[in-house]
Amino acid sequence: MNKELKLIWKKFFNWVLGNGPRPENEVIPVEPPPDLPFSQRPNDKYSRFHEATLKERYNQWLEIHGLHIFSILYSALSILTCVVIVCLLLATVAELPPFGHERNPANNEVIRRYVEHGGHETGAQNIVAGLILDYRAFDTFGESSVLFTAACSVLMMLGKSRRNRIKTHQPKLKIPAHNLNDEPILRGIASFSIPAILMLGCVVVINGHLTPGGGFSGGAILSTALILAANAYGSQRVHQFFNERTFVILSSTALMIYALSKGYSFFTGANLFHSIIPKGTVGNILSAGLILPLNICVGLIVAGTLYTFYSLFNKGDL
Amino acid sequence: MINLLAFNIPFISIFVLMITAFITPLLPLKKRLPEKFSCCVIGFTAILSLYLLYSLTNSGQSLTFNFPMGHFPAPWGNELRAGPLEAVLSFFFCAAMFLSLTGNFSSTAEDISPARRQIFCVLVNLLTASLLALTYTNDLFTAYVFIEINTIAACAIVVVKEGASTVRAALRYLIMSLVGSGLVMIAICLLYDLTGHLLMQNMHGAIKVLMITKEYTMPLTVSLALITVGLGIKSALYPFASWLPDAHGTSTNASSAILSGLVLKGHIFALIKIYYRVFGLDVIHFLRMDTVIFILGIIAMIMGSIHALKQSNIKRMIAWSSVAQVGYIFLGIGLNTAAGIAAACLHIIVHACVKPMLFTAAGGLSTAAGHKKNLHALMGTFYINRWAGLGLIAGACSMMGIPAFAGFASKLSLTLASFDNPFIVWALAALAASSVLNALYYVPAVIVILTKNKDAVLETHEQPTLLYKISMFVFLALNFYLGLFCMPLLRLITRGVNVL
Repeated sequence: MNKELKLIWKKFFNWVLGNGPRPENEVIPVEPPPDLPFSQRPNDKYSRFHEATLKERYNQWLEIHGLHIFSILYSALSILTCVVIVCLLLATVAELPPFGHERNPANNEVIRRYVEHGGHETGAQNIVAGLILDYRAFDTFGESSVLFTAACSVLMMLGKSRRNRIKTHQPKLKIPAHNLNDEPILRGIASFSIPAILMLGCVVVINGHLTPGGGFSGGAILSTALILAANAYGSQRVHQFFNERTFVILSSTALMIYALSKGYSFFTGANLFHSIIPKGTVGNILSAGLILPLNICVGLIVAGTLYTFYSLFNKGDL
Repeated sequence: MINLLAFNIPFISIFVLMITAFITPLLPLKKRLPEKFSCCVIGFTAILSLYLLYSLTNSGQSLTFNFPMGHFPAPWGNELRAGPLEAVLSFFFCAAMFLSLTGNFSSTAEDISPARRQIFCVLVNLLTASLLALTYTNDLFTAYVFIEINTIAACAIVVVKEGASTVRAALRYLIMSLVGSGLVMIAICLLYDLTGHLLMQNMHGAIKVLMITKEYTMPLTVSLALITVGLGIKSALYPFASWLPDAHGTSTNASSAILSGLVLKGHIFALIKIYYRVFGLDVIHFLRMDTVIFILGIIAMIMGSIHALKQSNIKRMIAWSSVAQVGYIFLGIGLNTAAGIAAACLHIIVHACVKPMLFTAAGGLSTAAGHKKNLHALMGTFYINRWAGLGLIAGACSMMGIPAFAGFASKLSLTLASFDNPFIVWALAALAASSVLNALYYVPAVIVILTKNKDAVLETHEQPTLLYKISMFVFLALNFYLGLFCMPLLRLITRGVNVL
């Protein structure tokens, strides 16, 4: 029992240090990396720099710069700071109003109107959807733009332009090619679970104004179907219909629809103009004004962004 | 009452910038179309903000208005708020952004590949939109959402120039900035739990009641401290500024100008709004946060300059000087009076105009010296690119606080504002010491570029483009305008602070 625990601890510790298992047939380039963060070249001991773990690299850095005392002091101070901040925050939380008490400051007229009038004012049965996509739609617009910003930044760093440049002067890491026909279990399960996942995702997105769920959660479900498809059938298959260009067009268009339709709604609301957007009957699938199309837009952006992140960080291309 | 167009300007300018950001990736790369398009849109929003300012000052008694985002009134829906201060700041933010982009139009092309330039434009548009949203917002959570956009876009425009040094700088910036975001998030959660609101004036009302009943003082203090530290990290207040010189010194000139001149200022203005509109100056004074800010500001003024003295790379030197200038702004906030905050806002504007000019000038000079950024390599470059040289000289004079230059106006108003503070001796001593330290590193730089270089034959004699000259001319004109005719602007800002 003790031995097993030790083994698990060792595995965990190795994982923390970055000493994870490597694929056996990975070809490790012999030459040192082109741009080391130090002024000196590493000595012979570290010629296989790629194989060094994070801990070893850190120790090497310390050795070159001669900062042992500093590093001890640094660790001690950072632990101390963390402990102090944790204690302070815990003490603060203990002072806060009791959780869920009816006389809390947060239970005020704002929440009351959301709960009591949310249904007929927004047309959405799901109050949360009405809250985030109608009452406070500007915040949600910002949140979707956060995803877009992050995806653009990652695409810029890891996307096509970078790959073309790297080809010329960096050794290629040989990524072990999976023979996809060797994985009948994965493919078999994927073949019937992908349609089910896609259906579930669509249902969660489209029923966002009626039942719990909505664009963010439904989009995440949709992206898992894409990721599963990429794993079971190879990313080439997915890339036939979803590549960098499709992603950019998809998310830009979705956000543009969001911005234009909600911009119209903001404009009419603020200037007290008549808005042509119908509320519909609460509980119907075609109700709640703009919430349904906005949920679809958000779902598409979330699904695309999550798959893009997966693909770029996992395989380095999209 | 103001007219319909002016009423809609805060909303229109944010949405136009966001929609531009979404259209830009679909544009063709030919003839640098994306960049020209986003420059035009940013210039257009600058004109809109100027029009808003004009109609606000001519509107009679009501200087401010609230713009509900949607069909629901404020505590339920989101809300924007515009007053003279917001309009002035958004005009100067857009104008400085426009000039930083046009002034560095050619150097951006040298540093960045076309595909990356397209995404750079997307990020710059999002950054401008988030700055405007931070300026106009009346809701703390909206502020947080746009702080997030601002953070990601700011880190990404550091890394837009390829190379190991920019990636390293961006990683440092990202980690520090995310810590800041996390602290701000925790603080907003705490404040919501205590007040039950996210709208600024309702939070202010609830906090006033809490102060009278003496309840929850400790969580209130903690949330104030967390917000100050979080936004202090993002606006490079001295002990938290270690990320700044790398991020601002290694990125491309346009990014450095935008980051130093504008991104820091957006967060500082958000902090001013939270201090003034959410907590209120007496609560800040009661919780002793004004003294902390005041002391940190003084330390930043001195330490930023001392670090700048050690630099040999001109861009890193200017970057460290930003830390000192942020110290001036925090000194103004720490005075904790309306006059102090007005002076801080004036310094925000002055620095937002001068620092992009300095970075643009430094970029022009280092191009003239064959893309060397070392101070020694810049010898005699004034005679190759005179516009850049003039920009550096004017910027240096402004930073030192020579009369007739922009920095003089804000330093003067900071000094005047500090007269009713008990710590006036400290404020004046710090202002004097920091000015001398500024001179100690800016004067040698000016002397170096003015010294004729007889030995080395400079091989590059490419003349600055017309766009560069025009942008530099506008920068210089803004600088002299702020230095010579700042009183109307200061009066406007004071009126804006009074109705904030």
